[in-house]
Amino acid sequence: MTFLDPLINGLSLGSLYALIAVGYTVVYGIVQLINFAHGEIFMVGAFGALSTWIVLGQASANLSWWMLPLMLVGGMVVGVTVAVLMERFAYRPLRHAPRLAPLITAIGISVFLQEFVRLFYGAIPGFPDAKAAVVFPQIEFFTGPAIEFGGAVIQRATFFTLGALAVSWAFLWFFVNKTKIGRAMLATSQDPDTARLMGIDVNRIITIAFAVGAALAAIAGTAHGLRYGNIDFKMGFLAGLKAFTAAVLGGIGNINGAVVGGLVLGVVESLATVYVPGQFGGAAWKDVWAFVLLIIVLVFRPQGIMGAKVVDRA
Amino acid sequence: MLEVKDLVVAYGKVRAVKGISFRVPQGQVVSLLGTNGAGKTTTLRTISGLLRPESGEVWFEGQRIDRVPAHKVVQLGLAHSPEGRRIFPRLSVEDNLMLGAFARKDAAGIAKDLQRVFALFEILKERRSQPAGTFSGGEQQMLAIGRAMMSRPRLLMLDEPSMGLSPLMMQKIMGTIAELQSEGVTILLVEQNAAAALELSDHAYVLEVGNITLDGTGRQLLDDDRVKRAYLGES
Repeated sequence: MTFLDPLINGLSLGSLYALIAVGYTVVYGIVQLINFAHGEIFMVGAFGALSTWIVLGQASANLSWWMLPLMLVGGMVVGVTVAVLMERFAYRPLRHAPRLAPLITAIGISVFLQEFVRLFYGAIPGFPDAKAAVVFPQIEFFTGPAIEFGGAVIQRATFFTLGALAVSWAFLWFFVNKTKIGRAMLATSQDPDTARLMGIDVNRIITIAFAVGAALAAIAGTAHGLRYGNIDFKMGFLAGLKAFTAAVLGGIGNINGAVVGGLVLGVVESLATVYVPGQFGGAAWKDVWAFVLLIIVLVFRPQGIMGAKVVDRA
Repeated sequence: MLEVKDLVVAYGKVRAVKGISFRVPQGQVVSLLGTNGAGKTTTLRTISGLLRPESGEVWFEGQRIDRVPAHKVVQLGLAHSPEGRRIFPRLSVEDNLMLGAFARKDAAGIAKDLQRVFALFEILKERRSQPAGTFSGGEQQMLAIGRAMMSRPRLLMLDEPSMGLSPLMMQKIMGTIAELQSEGVTILLVEQNAAAALELSDHAYVLEVGNITLDGTGRQLLDDDRVKRAYLGES
């Protein structure tokens, strides 16, 4: 095993964190709300992708490569729908409530979504019981035998995950910086009242922020299914916590920060598993090292790796 | 053009505006004068839809707008350049100006208005791609006025446009307001610099702790003893 293997594994894991972290950071940037139910969007996105395959592909056991785009779309539709409903009916009525209210609501939504999937997913005719882990379809083209590349052994799912992050990041950059709606999002994040005076419907911008974050989380959910071969109703908890860590690590509110934070967190976790010697090494301690990194960054650079110091408005 | 009737605005239980009425006729410059806390900014924020009044009515061009959300008010032709300029500091000058035209769809008209703003404030054209947060107070004020003009308003509300500016810059801003008026834009002006505002105003209202205590033409108020003592610093 070379140094490259854990590094690439870490980048792959980090891409998953990054895709989820963007959702935390985009929503926080616009409404200063930490949507702790975002991990559950990642989870329902994965189940949405699985459902798409069950409905469209299972009959013929279809595992062709082109099933994946359909599954991604299905996952995104489910994830975005749940996120938009959650914003509309749970968070919007609390827009001017004390900060603790939406936080507690988020925990409630998390529990609700987990339990809903656990109890009712299997009740839909033809769908597997979701009280334990559910097998995720393994699509040969994306999950087949690992590829050897320059001395490193790379899982095929890794290519998919890294590619998904690269494409999503490019799309996001274009959307935020080059479209009218994107500029309206930037304006709203800098000064919501003044944005309204420009004719920007801030509620619509908030909905779009939730939708964009959910789409990326659903992609991550699908990638998680390909990477690990199964999904379960509580997969959103730790993944969401790690992605939140990544968002804070990179500088909450900063999209590039979320991506960098996710990748750094994934790599640190992966390298710590391999290189930390003795009883503190190994997979059992990887979560500990991830949060130790968070603490170190918060002590020495509280605004995160890429976050700007908050300055007063001129 | 704009009519405010018995407007009451409260923050929680504290009434900042206690039942004021005034009118802004088409083509005129109307000023609201008063000290800090008199309720001037609250009044403007209520007209533009950022605040909901407790009671009273706001009418703009025959339409009642006191329940219309802020992002729709600007589409009716009423622009508000807020107190403290409130430009978007991390966006470029040009992006700031284009956001002023956010609700508009006529690309040709927007391009024309952008050139008009650039003609009015040359510095904005020279530094169009710089982040607006790097500008001086006066330059930011030009940007804020230019941004409000980009919605092509029929009524422009300016909140403290001269605040924190050098005398020279203040003269330039006041000149701009006169120029806008000569182009047919109706203006509702809030100013602490009462002398400069009254020089420009067709009509002015004096606000004291939420009530209108005095009104008249700009000339009348300039000559009024109470105004002279309280706002013009003469004894």
